Amino acid sequence: MSTTLNLKLKVWRQESANDVGAFEYYDVAVADDASFLEMLDYVNEGLILDDREPIAFDHDCREGICGSCSLMIDGQAHGPQKGTATCQLFMRKFSDGDEIVVEPWRAAGFPLVKDLAVNRAAFDRIIEAGGYISVNTGAAPDANITLVPKEAADAAMDAAACIGCGACVAACPNSAGNLFTAAKLQHLNLLPQGQPERLARTEAMVDKMEEFFGSCTNHGECQEACPKEISVDFIAMMNRDYLKAKLANRKRSGQKKFG
Amino acid sequence: MALTLDSKTPEGPLADKWDKHKFDLKLVAPHNRRKFEVIVVGSGLAGAAAAASLGEAGYNVSVFTYHDSPRRAHSIAAQGGINGAKNYKNDGDSIQRLFYDTIKGGDYRSRESNVYRLAQSSVNIIDQATAQGVPFAREYGGLLDNRSFGGAQVSRTFYARGQTGQQLLLGAYQALARQIQLGTVTLYNRMDMQDVVVHDGRAVGITARDLLTGEISAHSAHAVLLATGGYGNVYFLSTNAKACNVTATWRAHKRGAAFANPCFTQIHPTCIPPADEFQSKLTLMSESLRNDGRIWVPSALEETRAPGDIQDADRDYFLERKYPAFGNLVPRDVASRNAKIVVDEGRGVGSLKNGVYLDFADSIGRLGKETIKARYGNLFDMYERITGEDPYSVPMRIYPATHYTMGGLWVDYNLQTTVPGLFALGEANFSDHGANRLGASALMQGLADGYFVAPSTVAGYLSGLLGDAPVETSHEAFTSSLASTQDMVDQLMAIKGTKTPDHFHRELGKLVWDYCGMSRNRAGLETALSEIPALRDEFWKEVKVLGSGNGFNQSLEKALRVADFMEMAELKVSDALHREESCGGHFREEHQTPEGEALRDDEDFAYVAAWEYGGPDIHKDAILNKEPLIFDNVKLSQRSYK
Amino acid sequence: MTQATESRPGADAPEVNGPPKQSRFWIVEFYSSAIGKKWVMALTGIGLMGFVLVHMVGNLKMFLGRTEFDHYAESLRTLLYPIFPHGVVLWIFRIGLIVMFGLHISSAYTLTRMNNRARPIKYQSPRDYVAVTFASRTMRWTGIIIGLYLIFHLADLTWGFANPDYVRGAAYDNLVASFERWPIAIIYILANIALGIHLFHGGWSIFQSTGMNNPRYNSARRGFAAGFAILVAGINCLFPIAVLAGVVH
Repeated sequence: MSTTLNLKLKVWRQESANDVGAFEYYDVAVADDASFLEMLDYVNEGLILDDREPIAFDHDCREGICGSCSLMIDGQAHGPQKGTATCQLFMRKFSDGDEIVVEPWRAAGFPLVKDLAVNRAAFDRIIEAGGYISVNTGAAPDANITLVPKEAADAAMDAAACIGCGACVAACPNSAGNLFTAAKLQHLNLLPQGQPERLARTEAMVDKMEEFFGSCTNHGECQEACPKEISVDFIAMMNRDYLKAKLANRKRSGQKKFG
Repeated sequence: MALTLDSKTPEGPLADKWDKHKFDLKLVAPHNRRKFEVIVVGSGLAGAAAAASLGEAGYNVSVFTYHDSPRRAHSIAAQGGINGAKNYKNDGDSIQRLFYDTIKGGDYRSRESNVYRLAQSSVNIIDQATAQGVPFAREYGGLLDNRSFGGAQVSRTFYARGQTGQQLLLGAYQALARQIQLGTVTLYNRMDMQDVVVHDGRAVGITARDLLTGEISAHSAHAVLLATGGYGNVYFLSTNAKACNVTATWRAHKRGAAFANPCFTQIHPTCIPPADEFQSKLTLMSESLRNDGRIWVPSALEETRAPGDIQDADRDYFLERKYPAFGNLVPRDVASRNAKIVVDEGRGVGSLKNGVYLDFADSIGRLGKETIKARYGNLFDMYERITGEDPYSVPMRIYPATHYTMGGLWVDYNLQTTVPGLFALGEANFSDHGANRLGASALMQGLADGYFVAPSTVAGYLSGLLGDAPVETSHEAFTSSLASTQDMVDQLMAIKGTKTPDHFHRELGKLVWDYCGMSRNRAGLETALSEIPALRDEFWKEVKVLGSGNGFNQSLEKALRVADFMEMAELKVSDALHREESCGGHFREEHQTPEGEALRDDEDFAYVAAWEYGGPDIHKDAILNKEPLIFDNVKLSQRSYK
Repeated sequence: MTQATESRPGADAPEVNGPPKQSRFWIVEFYSSAIGKKWVMALTGIGLMGFVLVHMVGNLKMFLGRTEFDHYAESLRTLLYPIFPHGVVLWIFRIGLIVMFGLHISSAYTLTRMNNRARPIKYQSPRDYVAVTFASRTMRWTGIIIGLYLIFHLADLTWGFANPDYVRGAAYDNLVASFERWPIAIIYILANIALGIHLFHGGWSIFQSTGMNNPRYNSARRGFAAGFAILVAGINCLFPIAVLAGVVH
């Protein structure tokens, strides 16, 4: 049987990026088998009936894969449970009487849209800069023509698990986007199919990333916040590839010259 | 006015139809392609793949998504895998076999030619995705791995851990991103399509609402592709994402596109049952769990003991009892229906008595906890996170939930709806899965439509428009669409009622689930047909949307979507009522074998029911058109899993 | 490109740092990027770690007495003599150190500015950090302490104007005279604690920034950083203690 928790919620409310925001307080009684977002739904239903505008927050799949949900909960990106996106955080992680503080992601690269929703288009720009393998539809050879060592596929998959939620940026004391970029980059750089564009891709994605975000100073906070627990090892690999991208004789080593 | 449903199926042997058709289709020369504007709505597998492919070909493409990023479409949540008739396992698979399995699995309610083309394309999809860097599972030698899925007798499913949908979508999204960078595709994110603009009998554009500013804008094009997914959220509780909706296809329906087989919805047997009243969605647990778990409920109605204390003699392993040959591995619809039967009898488990046990105690005893952990560790973790129960020591509780909708906009062999220039791709159309979809086939269909079918057939349509400029957005067709869209927003904002959009969605979902869910009967469907319009009326009188129409307003987004579900639900129920047979996901209690199995009526119902919008009194006004299904290549037989 | 989203501020990416710098010289372009600067910080960090290590080892000579210590001090000026004239190699080292300090500080300054720009509005509620350490959060402060101390240290023992008993050439006596004053000794010890903290994060950070990442030695990276920090800072702290305790006089 579920038990009811009486909680005090402290939520950031802000009409738009140009308005001044502030915390508002709500009392909520919620069953402990509700998810965090269901708790917010519940608060919102009450607010609407009370003639107060509901809290805006991004969410969609609610099974930890679409990367829509965000939220800084009690000072931690996606809340206190490791390896879990906000949508899969359940209220039983909290105790009766707790005060829970909810804030939006804060970074210049993620401007606020409203209340707890932010704009993460910067991530799309990074992918557009080079986060792909250039292969037109229909031009692909038989899938088994290129052998991919199981270890390479597994390592690439570890990186590719990224859901693009932005928790790495939100958690980073410097608002750096290195974990996201490194994950997206190394997913492709680890595979044989990704080799022809490897250096051009690295240069283009890193340069684009630096237009929006801070720099990595190796705190490692991103790895702890990541709902997919992606390792900072990929950042080290990106740093190495970036030096190569700048140093290598790309013309003679068979690499594309410019992104 | 009845429609003529010309499926445009090419002549000739099944295996040659697609090649022949591609040859017959007119082409657009490369230098002429940039003269054409194409709108793609939706950025899931089908939408992203189509937009990227058309962009590569040289057309001017605009993509619309209501998400902040195209990568968030719900295709991303597919877990299991994607079928491909590669026969890499040398176990007798072939295009013909995948075709046959899909037709049979769909309970003979899909079009042979489309399904065969799907099976043919499946091979190219695997090649394409691999070249894009999708990290499919590999064997130690570096070759692609396959597994058997959803009861298939061959291993033809390619997978990337439990995140195949995510990885395939990222592949398509990255291809799309490349085209955005190259300037062939323009991305409109956080834009929600509201209407298809039809002029002179052709689709000439759309209107869309900017979710950030509330501004409604008109967008003109030579062709419009809807890749907007299914309508599973009509049930409120489903495994679909919260934002999944029927708006795009429903508004297209109201502009003349026929809606086919709306009563065909798939219920997935292994979901976590709702825990309380305000649960927002259901979570799917992979079907593979049924390989090692045993499904049971207590035999006695008044059972109060903890599951571990109930003796074997007091347990009812109802699937094993009724289907000794297949046992716990019967197909999705059979497993789902039987779970419903025992729960309806009052033998459900859990505090709300709304589930059945999926018990791993025997497997753990036989194979050891470590083996079970290796096979299902991540699923067990997920289950524990959601329910707070440890499935290694307490049996899981599962219950069926809506998962996929086979019905959708009627399309011909070109994926064109009954409105010329308006195409429907992926789950948004009805074409390939009949009355029931096989596991690992949804990803396959979305990508086949997007990468391989639409680029050819859309070109065939565009070739006839060479020299025509897109209709100006100042044209009356656009201005009237803008006005009616704005009007709907204004109306909703003006009601200022007493109940939230979610309240109405929940009520509607309950009605549709109770009367048009896993099993249906005439009385129930008729009840639903009287209650849905009443609820709809109440919605338009009592819904409460705060804030403003000009700005980021998630309540308003929701209300607009619920308004369309309110209408669509009625058509769905109408369709279920008219189809006096049981097939696949559509089980009519009046039509069952003495053993309680689905009883098809091939004599009278081997057709696609394509409904034409007739007017606001949906049930009475809708006009039924029939496309007879002709089976030249397979023999219709009764499914049996005894 | 995404011309549609450019006019929609809530939907397109914001302007934060501007486009990357283009240059004909790869090294300029590389240095202008944040990852390039982190490389430079790592490489200069290695150089400076070499310096503090050798400096510490050299200073151990004080335990061998005045003659040995002064001989060591003088030998620095005659490094590679007579291949190079007297003092030249020492100046080459000094210039190298100045350049490394300069690059290390300049990179740190630019990156700190960039990081501040990246979060103009701070979190309005307290953060609950999981991975950051005291060392990683205070790099800029320990760095500033070390830099300021370095100037004082030079004024005290190299240029001499901060040391009333300074006698040019009498390295050992100058050192003892300085450390016999309590405040100087305490400042020295505090600066070395700051150095140790700085090295604890810097020593591990080098590996990440230069992509040295391998499960074979990853577990040893933190250990190396901690060991190096304790070795250098710890032994350095022994010097004033030894003077105050009268072991060295």
